[in-house]
Amino acid sequence: MKTLFDKVWEKHIVVEETDDKPSIIYIDLHLVHEVTSPQAFNLLRQMNLKVRCPSKTLATMDHSIPTTPFASLKDLALVSDTPATRQLIQMEKNCHDFGIKLGGISSDERGICHVIGPELGATQPGKTIVCGDSHTSTHGAFGALAFGIGTTEVGHVFATQCMLQRRPKNLAINLNGSLQKGVGAKDIILKIIGSIGVDGGTGYAMEFRGNTIKSLSMEERMTICNMTIEAGARTGMIAPDDTTYEYLINRPQAPIGQKWEKALNSWKNLVGDNEAKFQKELSIEVSEIKPMVTFGTNPGMVISIDEAVPEPDKNDEAFIKALDYMQVTPGKPLSEKKVDVVFIGSCTNSRLNDLEAAASFLKGRKVNKNVRMLVVPGSQSIKSQAEKMGIDKIFKESGAEWREAGCSMCLAMNGDFVPPGKLSVSTSNRNFEGRQGGGARTVLASPLTAAASAVRGYVSDPRTLLK
Amino acid sequence: MKEVKIISSKSVVLPLDDIDTDQIIPARFLTTTSKEGLGKSLFNDWRFNSDGSLIKEFVLNQSISSGCEILVAGRNFGCGSSREHAPWALLDYGIKAVISTQIADIFFNNSLKNGFIPIRIDKDSHNWLLSNPGVKIIIDINELSVNIDGYKKLDFYMDPFSKYCLLNGIDQLGFIMKHESQIKKYEEMVDE
Repeated sequence: MKTLFDKVWEKHIVVEETDDKPSIIYIDLHLVHEVTSPQAFNLLRQMNLKVRCPSKTLATMDHSIPTTPFASLKDLALVSDTPATRQLIQMEKNCHDFGIKLGGISSDERGICHVIGPELGATQPGKTIVCGDSHTSTHGAFGALAFGIGTTEVGHVFATQCMLQRRPKNLAINLNGSLQKGVGAKDIILKIIGSIGVDGGTGYAMEFRGNTIKSLSMEERMTICNMTIEAGARTGMIAPDDTTYEYLINRPQAPIGQKWEKALNSWKNLVGDNEAKFQKELSIEVSEIKPMVTFGTNPGMVISIDEAVPEPDKNDEAFIKALDYMQVTPGKPLSEKKVDVVFIGSCTNSRLNDLEAAASFLKGRKVNKNVRMLVVPGSQSIKSQAEKMGIDKIFKESGAEWREAGCSMCLAMNGDFVPPGKLSVSTSNRNFEGRQGGGARTVLASPLTAAASAVRGYVSDPRTLLK
Repeated sequence: MKEVKIISSKSVVLPLDDIDTDQIIPARFLTTTSKEGLGKSLFNDWRFNSDGSLIKEFVLNQSISSGCEILVAGRNFGCGSSREHAPWALLDYGIKAVISTQIADIFFNNSLKNGFIPIRIDKDSHNWLLSNPGVKIIIDINELSVNIDGYKKLDFYMDPFSKYCLLNGIDQLGFIMKHESQIKKYEEMVDE
């Protein structure tokens, strides 16, 4: 009896693990970005090695790229000769030298690595997928085994298309029931992280199951799998179904014709056996979930929008420090907190459905005059689809800034940042101290909650304001 | 990778739980294309005010921490981003090991691949270490032991492969490359 994880894992064992040695696992897709790859390319040069499978490697520039338009890196370098620009130039050279396809600065295929993999159909059920980025678990939404790795391992995968791994344990999260209006996938995953804690998943591969999952779109499933690392889990997975296949069919890198039929047959086996054993299991009734907002400095410090900030245990130094950093008061809800910045974007919530949700709320409304709102699509393709639908106009008319694709203000290494001391309501994935800029304070929330907060200028419950 | 056998030093204590890799090295210092020189940005926002002046209260800025190579940290050290810049920055600064009750997975793996030693120990011993900063500790990789002056000698777990690589300074890429024939065989099987 096997779990979904077991099935994908076992298909990719090149050399089985023993007490003395880890498994050697084969990797089907390697996503690469400019920040965690340069040192691995340097290693290849030093050792005179090639990238073993350029066709299984997909590169993009997302972390340090500006979200204002530039036709080329040369143009960018003219106005901004910074280490970030030099890193992008090095990325172009690295991909050129090693024969890797790169979605460059002016490419229509450029975007956040975890957005473009699925969008291009490169992410497929049953694949092993890695990237030097902890949010690689996003791709688990397709029934792929996907996890973040370090730069040394990026080098291993470049050179051998393999990596060393110890088998993790299995954790099932059963989600059942229907969501309330105004509550979404982001609220579900924040609720889960709040329930099990930021290290509750350490050592585990999580599988999300239940009738709620079946009812969610691929974009919503990606939002959930994306943040499994915030609970410490190695990865998050969801068994593929018709929703998955409908999403994938006719995508540029999806199989076609007979190959599609063959792939579909094998994907249909990617369901955990009924009696498969999980070392840990958790069930959540989602109809009870309300819009969730973080109040502290990690994603596990999270409450429902109408709840009060909890009282700290007086011995919990980290908790007290977090409340002090966030300037929030125990016993009071966040709805009294004034908002300075709203960010819609990141590999968690920058897909078309996320932009649509925020835009539907903003239509006919104005962003509060004290708020700066930045909307950053996850890919250039999403950007142009949104523009065709007129979504960009809704944002611009409401007073929000509409940008080019990238990671942007999620981690503030591209010039987009929240000023020191300012409070941001962000659809991204981490509210760590300084994550969105030195001294920046972050409240994580769904796109709807972020949009509602932008309009009122205070952290807001979108349910009370829905039209 | 250089071989690592013994680490012997006084401890420096950061008792906070859930210290994430964004604290260890903030993202804005990741625009480098090298592994070198990251130590100066280690814990940047805890070590320095925004004007660049030292925050005197922060433990690493105090003279008692000078020369300390072993960090005792709160639960779940190294959570968050997969950036390998975190162990690179710690090593470049001069810290060679971290001791906690729980250490995040990706950080744990990245550390071992660079000769930075992550050690998980029991809660009672951890509590003792948290309340006794500056104590002399000897970490022995061959014995897999942590000898704490004035407390006791503890065993810790490390998978045998990582231990072997550390003791012999072996790079794991070489190990994978030795399995070229199996990798080829696997690729042929899958392509059929």
